[in-house]
Amino acid sequence: MSITGIGAAVRRKEDHRFITGTGHYTADINRPGQAFGYFIRSPHAHAAIKSIDAKMAAGMPGVLAVLTGAQLAADKIGNLICGWMVHSDDGSPMKMAPHPALANGKACHVGDPVAVVIAETLAQARDAAEKVQVEYGVLPAIADPAAAQKQGAPQIHEVAPHNTIYKWHLGDANAVEAAFKSAKHVTKLDLVNNRLVPNAIEPRAAIGEYDAGAGTFTLWNTTQNPHVARLVIAAFVGMAPEHKLRVIAPDVGGGFGSKIFIYPEEVVALWASKRVGRPVKWVAERSEAFLADAHGRDHVTHAEMAFDAEGKVLALRAKTIANLGAYMSTFSSSVPTYLYATLLSGQYQIPQIYCEVDAVYTNTVPVDAYRGAGRPEATFVVERLMEVGAREMGQDPVDLRQRNFIKSFPHQTPVIMNYDSGDYGASLKKALEIADYKGFAKRKRESERNGKLRGIGFSNYIEACGIAPSQAVGSLGCGVGLWESAEVRVNPTGSVEVLTGCHAHGQGHETTFAQVVSDRLGIPIENVSVVHGDTDKVQFGMGTYGSRSGAVGMSALAKALDKVEAKAKKVAAHLLEAAEGDIEFKDGKFNVAGTDKSAAWGDVALNAYIAHKFSGQELEPGLKEGAFYDPKNFTFPAGCHICEVEVDPDTGNSEIVAWTAVDDFGVVVNPMIVEGQVHGGIAQGVGQALCEGAVYDKDGQLLTGSLMDYCMPRADHLPPMKVDTTVTRCPSNPLGVKGCGEAGAIAAPAAVINAVTDAIGTEQLAMPATPAAVWAALQRAPKAPRAA
Amino acid sequence: MAMTMSGECQLAAPPQTVWEKLNDPATLKACIPGCEQLDKTSDTEFQAVATTKIGPVKAKFKGKVTLSDLDPPNGYKISGQGDGGVAGFARGGATVRLAPKDGGTLLSYAVEAQIGGKLAQLGQRLVNGAAKKVADDFFANFAAAVNPKSS
Repeated sequence: MSITGIGAAVRRKEDHRFITGTGHYTADINRPGQAFGYFIRSPHAHAAIKSIDAKMAAGMPGVLAVLTGAQLAADKIGNLICGWMVHSDDGSPMKMAPHPALANGKACHVGDPVAVVIAETLAQARDAAEKVQVEYGVLPAIADPAAAQKQGAPQIHEVAPHNTIYKWHLGDANAVEAAFKSAKHVTKLDLVNNRLVPNAIEPRAAIGEYDAGAGTFTLWNTTQNPHVARLVIAAFVGMAPEHKLRVIAPDVGGGFGSKIFIYPEEVVALWASKRVGRPVKWVAERSEAFLADAHGRDHVTHAEMAFDAEGKVLALRAKTIANLGAYMSTFSSSVPTYLYATLLSGQYQIPQIYCEVDAVYTNTVPVDAYRGAGRPEATFVVERLMEVGAREMGQDPVDLRQRNFIKSFPHQTPVIMNYDSGDYGASLKKALEIADYKGFAKRKRESERNGKLRGIGFSNYIEACGIAPSQAVGSLGCGVGLWESAEVRVNPTGSVEVLTGCHAHGQGHETTFAQVVSDRLGIPIENVSVVHGDTDKVQFGMGTYGSRSGAVGMSALAKALDKVEAKAKKVAAHLLEAAEGDIEFKDGKFNVAGTDKSAAWGDVALNAYIAHKFSGQELEPGLKEGAFYDPKNFTFPAGCHICEVEVDPDTGNSEIVAWTAVDDFGVVVNPMIVEGQVHGGIAQGVGQALCEGAVYDKDGQLLTGSLMDYCMPRADHLPPMKVDTTVTRCPSNPLGVKGCGEAGAIAAPAAVINAVTDAIGTEQLAMPATPAAVWAALQRAPKAPRAA
Repeated sequence: MAMTMSGECQLAAPPQTVWEKLNDPATLKACIPGCEQLDKTSDTEFQAVATTKIGPVKAKFKGKVTLSDLDPPNGYKISGQGDGGVAGFARGGATVRLAPKDGGTLLSYAVEAQIGGKLAQLGQRLVNGAAKKVADDFFANFAAAVNPKSS
């Protein structure tokens, strides 16, 4: 291994430009002759668009065009789509309503774009937007997912009676019912997984540019997956054929899932650029992002867990209503089904699981994947049930978990997933030591002396990452394959360019992918550049989400490196005048076995290109190889997070006083980056648990529409975190990696709420556990908080 | 987003005078902060244009104002709906009661309004604060307008 190879905590190469303000984000890019777009959005949650009078606006200074949904339809620009087909129990396909990029006929949520003004400057576009007169016929609206299916609820889309997109289930209801009948104890919980607004630090942006001479479009866009964006905009929206559309995703300042999806604004930027013959730029305002970026979570769940007399789990069942908002976003259907119900076995041997999910439309912003996507929701169900079950049965939550752990692998759960590896006991044991679980009772007494209520909470999460085996997801309804590609281009001087279909928006790929190359070829990471985010450079790739870049993207890279090594050995054999079979490659050097003859990496690279030592007929010059890697299985990162809180009973404020995370991510490529990913994930999970919650009023107005009313986690919400790992190698990919990007956000909410409820002695506490909510729960608490 | 607000205002003029001023477009136009236009279209209807600024959002509202439950000189209900373009909308009403007190009139009001779009996004605290300021400014202006000494 080189000193910058796999396992080295090298500093991130990309950070220099990020922290010195020399990155290139979409908003930094300005095209010659560019105009600006400003969207007019519905102020009503549900309204017929009776008329749009743009005459006055069109005459305003600098205005190039005012475009509406009717013109979009007239130009035959197709609808946005959801790319994962989920069927209802009765076999009928999900009820996907038309989603035009500009609302045509009616608006279905506050923020639904109804028109766009294109002008010379942004200020002119904004001024003209004030003059566009939209006459609305206000319709009754529904925002509460639990009420969306009720008789008499406003009907949003004709195709979906009772606002129901699908009624889906997984598992055997009868077997679960039988298991519940034989149970000694049943724990029941009603849970709400609160709706979240993603809030990446960089707002979304798009520049569309049409080249009338070549008949081609270029889109600069804040996307996590430029090729998927190009595919959807070409094949479904019909903007241009795929080979006439280039999508560039330059530096992107955080995505967390919200930049996976294909949104109306980028479609409109492309379309408008052709209409006005100028590049068209749009950059979201923060408050606009609250109404225009897909939200996350928003589940209402009733869950039950059945235990036998020994505390072994017999079965689990859950009924969930998932709010998908006003339209089905790109991957929305898969999140509350195949990314949620399939993880309800947690780390436990659960013989029977049954889960029903109803997905509903409401007059709210569309909901789709957000860091963790379905898995935080599943973990919250399983880990709340475990903790509450232990409390109800008077057992130690650690003992109860250990008794139910899956201990041998591979393990087939009753909900599709086949766990390949893990050692849940090892991460729990290490976490207990780091957290000094034995000393908790003493710490609790100390807190009591200070007038504080101390609680401890566990979250033994599991996730399915490395998304995903193409055949498997295809059989579940996914419209695309989820493999990844990589190309390794070796230059004559030995430096290397890696082209990957993964996209980096904070993950540190430019460092970690270079580490994989460094490890393999023995060259320093400075000699490796990682190219991504441009459909004209990278042939194809599926992008970055679902903690897939390591497990899938780096596996493709490893496969391409295999081919590079094989070819380089052939070149070395000619250079060293030896048989190919005698060439060994180690530490960046090619040796002839059993001799002291060797050639350096750079010599072999140069000779591959100058081709003086072999004839072009027997060996092709050059050194460039590509590979597509399709995973054999999901990967299953898992771990144990322990949260300790002190609650002030007078104010209800919950202070997190300690956090321990012991995760099994398989082989770790860069421990420093992994720790950073865990920190960030925990911060987002703590945000969900303690502060964040998107609130709509009954008319569908977003009450938490700015950072004044929507509370993001801040530094003082977080304690110093103790982050460690245990390692079981992932057996299904060449590097043994599992993925770490979402773990913190998946684990944290359950750990926090388990800790706070432990402190206050009541389970009746919904997220976010704000001081007001905790104080109110304390007033309702039937009994004094449990003694330590 | 629902918004409610209520308050009282002691005026120097007797109820009959206050009532007349409350029905006089010129007085109302002069007293409503930001009011650019207030045209009577019938005995109980006005067409209004007013500009208001709340935090970062400036909006020109155009709308119809209707008077109902007329009970001269004891009070009425004034309701309206305004379209603020990209800033959003507001609709709602206020019940206004007049009662003789201390040789003048005690005016009490209760407002119930719905606001939507960008304005609602600003949040309850900012909007309520701004609405209270508009009301305070209006009644300060109105108190001066109906004061017999100042006319």
